[in-house]
Amino acid sequence: MSTLDISRWQFGIVTVYHFFFVPITLALSFVVAGMQTAYFRTGDLKYKRMTKFWGKLFLINFAMGVVTGLVQEFQFGMNWSAYSRFVGDIFGAPLAMEGLLAFFLESTFIGLWIFGWDRLSPRLHLLTIWATAVGTWLSAYFILAANSWMQHPVGFRINAARGRAELTSIWSVLTNSTALVTFPHTITAAMVTAGAFMIGISGWHLKRRSEVPIFRTSMVVAMWVTLLGGVGTAVTGDVQAKIMTTQQPMKMAAAEALYESSQPASLSVFTIGSLNGRQEVYSLRVPDLLSFLATADLHGKVEGINNIQQEYEQRYGPGDYRPVIPVTYWGFRLMIGLGLIASAFAALGLLLMRRGRLPSSRWFWRAALWVLPLPLLANSFGWIFTEMGRQPWVVFGNMKTAGAVSASVSPGLALTSVIVLTAIYGVLAVVEVGLLVRYTKAGPPPEDEEAAAAEGDRPLAFAY
Amino acid sequence: MSLADFWFVVIAFLFVGYFFLEGFDFGVGALLPVIGRDDVDRRVMINTIGPVWDANEVWVVVAGAGMFAAFPYWYATLFSGFYLPLLLILVALIGRGVAFEYRGKVDSPAWRRRWDAVIVVGSVVPALLWGVAFANIVRGVPINARGDFTGNLLTLLNPYALLGGLVTVGLFLTHGALFLALKTLGPIRDRARAVARGVGAGAAVVSVAFLVWTEVSYGNGWSTALAVLAAAALLTALVANARDREMLAFAGTGAAIALAVTALFVALYPNVLPSTTNPAYTLTVARASSTPYTLKVMTWVAVIFAPFVLLYEGWSYWVFRKRIGRELIPTAVPHGAGPAPIRPDATSDADAGRPGLPAQPSPPAGPGRTGS
Repeated sequence: MSTLDISRWQFGIVTVYHFFFVPITLALSFVVAGMQTAYFRTGDLKYKRMTKFWGKLFLINFAMGVVTGLVQEFQFGMNWSAYSRFVGDIFGAPLAMEGLLAFFLESTFIGLWIFGWDRLSPRLHLLTIWATAVGTWLSAYFILAANSWMQHPVGFRINAARGRAELTSIWSVLTNSTALVTFPHTITAAMVTAGAFMIGISGWHLKRRSEVPIFRTSMVVAMWVTLLGGVGTAVTGDVQAKIMTTQQPMKMAAAEALYESSQPASLSVFTIGSLNGRQEVYSLRVPDLLSFLATADLHGKVEGINNIQQEYEQRYGPGDYRPVIPVTYWGFRLMIGLGLIASAFAALGLLLMRRGRLPSSRWFWRAALWVLPLPLLANSFGWIFTEMGRQPWVVFGNMKTAGAVSASVSPGLALTSVIVLTAIYGVLAVVEVGLLVRYTKAGPPPEDEEAAAAEGDRPLAFAY
Repeated sequence: MSLADFWFVVIAFLFVGYFFLEGFDFGVGALLPVIGRDDVDRRVMINTIGPVWDANEVWVVVAGAGMFAAFPYWYATLFSGFYLPLLLILVALIGRGVAFEYRGKVDSPAWRRRWDAVIVVGSVVPALLWGVAFANIVRGVPINARGDFTGNLLTLLNPYALLGGLVTVGLFLTHGALFLALKTLGPIRDRARAVARGVGAGAAVVSVAFLVWTEVSYGNGWSTALAVLAAAALLTALVANARDREMLAFAGTGAAIALAVTALFVALYPNVLPSTTNPAYTLTVARASSTPYTLKVMTWVAVIFAPFVLLYEGWSYWVFRKRIGRELIPTAVPHGAGPAPIRPDATSDADAGRPGLPAQPSPPAGPGRTGS
């Protein structure tokens, strides 16, 4: 394998892994902040115990997000130095802003939150978790603005003499239409993810009827977060599809494996058979849906892969401009399907739990646990779709992935790092899941302990 | 001063801040088995940096991102060229960060021993490798006409760079020991001061040797002046420690680190990464930088937001200013960290099958809970 292939695998592995933790952090930070606000307002120990329980799981997850984020920051230079030289004038700015505006905020205030229970006034302590939550969203915005520039480069010119892209408008980069729609899509997907995380864990306790008041409330909150996130993901995803159709038509065609331009175009729910457009054994199709998704018109024309390929050859010169179709086709469907299942479960759950009801059937609670991983996988498929669907470009229309890799990194070196990182990530996954299970089972801290803490008759709490 | 020069100063400032701050938490981590005699000691030590290590580490993330934004050619050549050392640093920082957060989460000596080992290795390795990396930046590395590093790992492991690594290890250990002396009570404080005396003397020797080598081979008037001041600050720290003036001692190692790092950046200027292959291929501030427009944008962002960052980070140090000692560490096992609580078999599905069943009382405390 070449350094290019290995580096692509590494980027995929470490980024997908990093993004297991990020969405939970993005939404759970706000949920925990909400719980603590409820405690602050009412003084009800129930909310404090909820804050502590979910806060603990939040921190176990947050730590992994922080440390895996380090690799993200370094690997552009390490594995993609040609890319870094080409885009640094533009791409570096949102990354630096993310560090200055978001990472400092998150890291300082999470420290104050963890260690500040006894040292800050309740109001100030509450503020620290909100500051952390805001920091996570700022971080998401800047990094998505950077990624959106790769999908849809704006606010720049090419300096041929220096062989790089140069920034002409930071405002255009930060208000890129792609970023404006990708951000809410990511946030709402994060709501589904964190919601499902809470559904699974609350369900585990409710199945056993342990700490029912706490976990019933948690479950209802989780289901609303999931459902609202699900609706939001669908709405923003729809807008995103239309923007993608104009900005990256090849990706839309690849999402459907649509080889020839069609008017109107149908959307296949799934296809059995070959995906090369020649043989189709069976497919379940919804007429006109792809047209609607791509153009907001049931009879709109959707361009096919072959047509776009011809067009691109004329525009960009000879070459293969098609992404790996099975990956985009199935990635697109799994993203939507898995997200839908989680959202539908939340809707069903809210129905079954209305007015103080608690479902009795075992399958319901068992299903709740199975819902937990679905949005995590949906996120992964979504990112794999959007990144693989952009290929062969790393910066759409301007730089190919093949030309982005570091010339000075040997395949052996790249292989070493991908093996080392994957091995460590694997070990940490086991440890992390083990801790999540342990603290899930332990449940919220006992009432007397929190009551004593509220009266201040115990030594300073040391988090480590 | 051009904007590119200004950003060279900003990058230098970020690395100075990083080495000052994470310098002491590397030191604390590395000295865990030396100063910490038992688990309570080690918990005291870790809790001195607990609230702040994460924000300290962000300094290097921002330094890296700032380098990417302001000097993409520097960032690209340096990070791809120093691939293996950076990978090792990443691995160390990943392990260390997780270890701080996870070590107290399970009440088991074996569990804690393993994470303690991760903290020690995860602190020593970056402390060493950052010194190696910075010495190589000043010394220069083989770079070809396209700006790509053409050496290998052995190129980076030259005597000058290895000495640089010893310097950062020595300085960070001393700095960390003095931080502990400043932040703890009782026997830990005494041991920390003793360690700072011994390690500090060694650090002074290697630091002076390294600074002399730097100034003779790569220095200029200004960098020499800074190097002399750095050495003076370190000596002040050692004398202050001997006279039990902890605040002055800690400020002394901090100043020594800041001045030494600044001396390296001054010696480096106007280059950012010299080429030992051909001086014509050397990356300079002017040639490695971003466009004036990007630098202007970044300058506005930095000028507006950096003061807030300094303010709230400073405030967090103020909040946690108190010394801590063994007697403040609670003896009770934190909830959830003890052996898994024995639940009444609530999994009995017969119960779960009855709707509207009242909540069971919370499960009885595991052994760990009794102390609270």
